[in-house]
Formats: sequence, C-alpha cells, structure tokens
Amino acid sequence: MTKVSSDGDHPAVEARGLTKVYGENRALDGIDLTIPRGQVFGFLGPNGAGKTTTIRILATLARPSGGMVRVLGHDVLTEAQAIRARVAVTGQFASLDEDLTGYENLLILGRLQGLPRAARRERADALLAAFDLTGAAGRPVGGYSGGMRRRLDIGASLIVTPDLLFLDEPTTGLDPRSRNQVWELVRRVAAAGTTVLLTTQYLEEADQLAERIAVIDSGRIVAEGTSAQLKSRVGSSTLHIRLLDGEQRPQASQILAGALAGTVQPAADPLALSVMIATQPDATDTGRLVGHAMTRLGEAGVGIAELSLGQPSLDEAFLALTGHRTGPATTDHEEPQA
Amino acid sequence: MSTLAIPTSPAAAEDPEVPIDALLAAGRERRRAGALTASAAFGTRAMLKLRHDPKQLVDSAAIPILFTVLFTYLFGGAISGSTGDYLTDLLPGVLSMSIAIVTMYGGGRLAQDVRSGAFDRFRGLPVWRGALILGGLLSDVFRYLFASAIVLGLGLAMGYRPDGGAPGVLAAVVLVVAFGLSLSLLWAAVALAVRDSAVVLSIANAVLMPLSFASNVFVQPSTMPGWLRAFVDVNPLSHVASAARDLMNDTGDAGADVAWSLIATAVITLVCAPIALRLYGRQS
Ligand SMILES: Nc1ncnc2c1ncn2[C@@H]1O[C@H](COP(=O)(O)OP(=O)(O)O)[C@@H](O)[C@H]1O
Ligand SMILES: [Mg+2]
Repeated sequence: MTKVSSDGDHPAVEARGLTKVYGENRALDGIDLTIPRGQVFGFLGPNGAGKTTTIRILATLARPSGGMVRVLGHDVLTEAQAIRARVAVTGQFASLDEDLTGYENLLILGRLQGLPRAARRERADALLAAFDLTGAAGRPVGGYSGGMRRRLDIGASLIVTPDLLFLDEPTTGLDPRSRNQVWELVRRVAAAGTTVLLTTQYLEEADQLAERIAVIDSGRIVAEGTSAQLKSRVGSSTLHIRLLDGEQRPQASQILAGALAGTVQPAADPLALSVMIATQPDATDTGRLVGHAMTRLGEAGVGIAELSLGQPSLDEAFLALTGHRTGPATTDHEEPQA
Repeated sequence: MSTLAIPTSPAAAEDPEVPIDALLAAGRERRRAGALTASAAFGTRAMLKLRHDPKQLVDSAAIPILFTVLFTYLFGGAISGSTGDYLTDLLPGVLSMSIAIVTMYGGGRLAQDVRSGAFDRFRGLPVWRGALILGGLLSDVFRYLFASAIVLGLGLAMGYRPDGGAPGVLAAVVLVVAFGLSLSLLWAAVALAVRDSAVVLSIANAVLMPLSFASNVFVQPSTMPGWLRAFVDVNPLSHVASAARDLMNDTGDAGADVAWSLIATAVITLVCAPIALRLYGRQS
C-alpha cells in the first residue's frame, strides 16, 4: 500500500506574470511558465536575460516583485519551507566551502538535511564514488578542478534526491569532457524521476538535454516549445561561408538566398556570410541543398575559401526568434553578488 | 534497477558497481533537521574551517598578546611603579578588551560567507534560519576561550597572581565570553546588513576603539574630565572590566558590575538577535 502523494498533479513550476524589479531595471518582465513534472526543461538565454533571477525566485532565495509563482504546488511567498524541503539548487557559482574537504562538505549538508550519522556517511561515500570523486574526497575543495567542483556541487544537491532540481548554467566554463559528464548526470537524475530545470547559454546544450525549452530575453519569454518546434523556427543548421573576394559578397548573398531559401547574414568579416537553412523534412536534403548552392556559386565564378555547416549559435537563434541580436543591452551585464 | 556508473574516468567506467540510479532512488526519504541539529552542523562546519585554516586564529592570538605585553610594559611601569601591581588592575581589563576586539572577526567571516554561493545553498535548506548564526557562535566561544587563555597565560608569566583563584578567574572568563557573544550577534547583524567584510571590520573598529580606550581598562576615571567620565561610566566595557577585576582579584564587591555586565549582555543580545534573524531570512 503506497501512499499516493497528494500533490502529484501539480506542475513542477507555474508562474503567471512573474516580475522582478531591481531599482529601474526590470530583470523579469512578466514571465508565464508552466513546467510539467518529470522532464528536463531548458531555460535558454544570453547573459543578463534573467535566468538566475528566475531560479532564485523559484528556489525561494529571492522574492518576486509581482505575479503568481507556485513550485510543486506551493506558493513561493507563503510556503517557502515546503518548497525548500523538496527542491535543490546548484547555482551558477560554486556553493561549496573551499576550506573543507569534499567529504566534509557533503557530511555537513547531510546533517542539515536531517540524516543520522551513519546514513549521511553512507550517502556521502556513495555520492563521491558515483561522481568519481572518491580519490579527492579527503582534499580541500579549494584544490579541485572546475569539473570536480561542478560534480561535487551537483552531488551536494542530491544528498536527498530532490523532486525538482535547479541547475544554473551547469556547464559554463567546463571543458568538453567535464561537460559530457555533467550532461550524463543530468540525464540520470531526470531518469530517476526528478524534474530538472536547467539554464544555459548554449542552444546545443538545451537541445541535447531538454524536452522543452523556453527562450528568455530581457526578462521575457520569447519562445517556448520542444527542441524540434524551436528548431523549425530557427532553422536547423547554419552555413558559414568565407569568400576569396569580398567584392563578390552581394552576388554570393543573392545566389545563396535563392538556392537555400534561407536568411543570409553578412558577418563582421567582410569576406564572410552565414545562411540559416530551414529544417528539412529529411536530413539528407540539407546536404543536397548545400551542394546545389555550391554548384551555383561555382557557375557564377564566386571563389570560396572556407565552408562549414553547423548548428545555429545562440546569437543566430536569437536573431531568428526575436528579430534582434543578443545585443549590447546585455553585454554590460555584471554578475550580481548575492 | 540499473547499476551503471557515469563513466567519468577510465577507473569509474571499469567499475560498474557504483550505482547512481540506485543512489537516486534510495535518497528520496525526507527528514527534517531540528534547530539544534542544524546549529550543531553549522558549529561543526565553523570548527572544521578553523582546523583547516588555523590562520583564522592569528587574529585571536595577536591582539591579546600585543595588548597584554604592550600595555603592561609600555604604560604599566609609568602608571603604577611596578609591573606586578599594575597587572592586578590591568590584566582583567585587558582580558575584557581583548575579547571585545576579537569579536569583530566573526562578523567579518560571516560577511564573507554571505557573499559566497554557500550562503544561498544554506538559505535554500528547510532549516531554522538562526542555525548558521548560532553555529558560528560555537566557534566564537572557542576563539574567545583561546584568546582568554593567552591573556591569562601571559599575565601569569609576567607575575600576575589572581586572589580570586581558579573560581574567580573562571567566573570572569565566563562573564567576558558571554559579553563577547552578545557583541558577536551585533556584528552578525551588521554583517548581514552590509554584506562586506571590510565594511563590517571598519564599523566594528569605529565602535570598539572608543569603547576600549574610553573605559576604565587603563586609567582610573577619577583622573578624567567630566564629559569623558560620564561616557566611561556608562560604557558597558567598563562594567565588564570592573566585574572581571572584582571576580579575579576577589575584591568582594563584584555584585553591581557583574549585574550591569549581565544586563548589557542581555540587552545587546535581545536587540541584535532578532535583527540578525530577520536579515538572514531576508530575500533579496
Ligand atoms: N541583485 C541584483 N541587483 C540588481 N540587479 C540585478 C540583481 N540580480 C540580477 N540583476 C539584474 O537582472 C538582470 C538579469 O540578471 P540574471 O538573472 O543574473 O541574468 P542571467 O542569469 O540570465 O545571466 C540583469 O540585468 C542583472 O544585472
Ligand atoms: Mg545567471
């Protein structure tokens, strides 16, 4: 006879008209968001878009200025303790005590979670082993690499397996190998039934991990949907091309726009341009289209120095979704302290 | 149930015995740490930090050593004629003053904590919001006892002989440490309000220096101008120093100053503790 949790039907997150104002700055400007239980939800946006602010409000670390926010069915303003008991946050900046060893960090958090001595030791050992940190367990965290810290920081969020895990830019600054480890970890956590809200600046990351993605820009959600839905709006791939002769760029633009039926963007480099290619029903069609376009360029006598086909960058995705670049409004952003 | 490990390194990949999926499934049971358990956890954390970084104790050692030696030899002879006599009056005062000054470093450390990611992790836990501060007081007690031992050790080495004996000295130390803890709470409130350890230390200095020097620690108030004497008489540190002096030297009239010291300790605590709690829970 299992006890059925009474709040099983509530979405993980429900926000209506969520705003957060810092002085003159509207960090969040009316966010409407529903995150169903049991999936990885990606929150994609450039620096300063409002990702961290949203997570801090959802985790009851900051108060909303306006709007309604419920997490796992609990109101963030009136039922903060109930939310805290069931969610965990791995913030953008390490939350570990540098002076203490990895093991000590986990033991203290275990004690704060109410685990008895034997249970917290066992849990700390098991987490360290699972995260490949057993060898470093006895060393102060101050000497850990970025990837090790990140893993321990995520491990610290799993001392009690949360119902909802917030991961704020979990792979920013990590090398590709560590990034893959974190990705694998996120998949495992989600497979175990924990809802994960992950923020990222990388379209590829959201695409790899998240079932649904919300794109946030200047405190507003500008697009939301499955990865496939967003991609059909963004274009699945981008052709980057560099010419031998800059004089030929207008001509090349015209040919490419016709042949690829995509938006052509001249790059800052006077020799380069990029084309967003709409998602093709069949992946092999993209190659065929590009081949055709190259033939047309060759016939027109346009010389090519470099050519590459890749996923759109966040900048390009933004341009497609918002009609503007992830512009200077966000580049002067400084990371807030607490 | 799968028992696959995340293949994070060759070693881990070869060892399929690390069951992360089982680990996640097994960890869903939720308990609640009580206020005392949580405070003890933060106390342990603070003590572990001291153990890993004993440099933190340098402040708590340097000030007592400096004050005891400096004031005894520099002014002692000049004021009283002989160091031994002067120590009888001076040492309990230096003890009180040293502990009072050492209190500010706890506030500085809390301000650092507040700015670190660890603070958000702690605040995101469903534990009593006073636990971090109360736990911090545990390591403060340790530091204050450590500083007291230094003052007393040096004093004894330089010829101080307390007539109150061990019980008198012990009572004085308890009183001084209790007063120190109330100041700890004051700096905790300041730290949580300004969130910058340099600012906390400046504010604490600006308060503690006048309290220390415009007191009866070094000089009899009877020799002071009236306005200064008025301040010295209400200065809680004067009362703590007098109480410590009475207890350690067993002068027999400790009562009034002990009472004043305890009242000052209680008032500072009752004012600062709720403010610190509010500021800790404050969501930015
Ligand atoms: N504590 C704060 N005080 C003032 N402004 C803040 C604070 N936190 C965030 N902001 C501002 O809110 C906006 C969103 O920031 P943030 O949520 O950190 O973005 P992101 O995490 O997407 O990079 C930025 O303009 C930032 O400067
Ligand atoms: Mg951020």
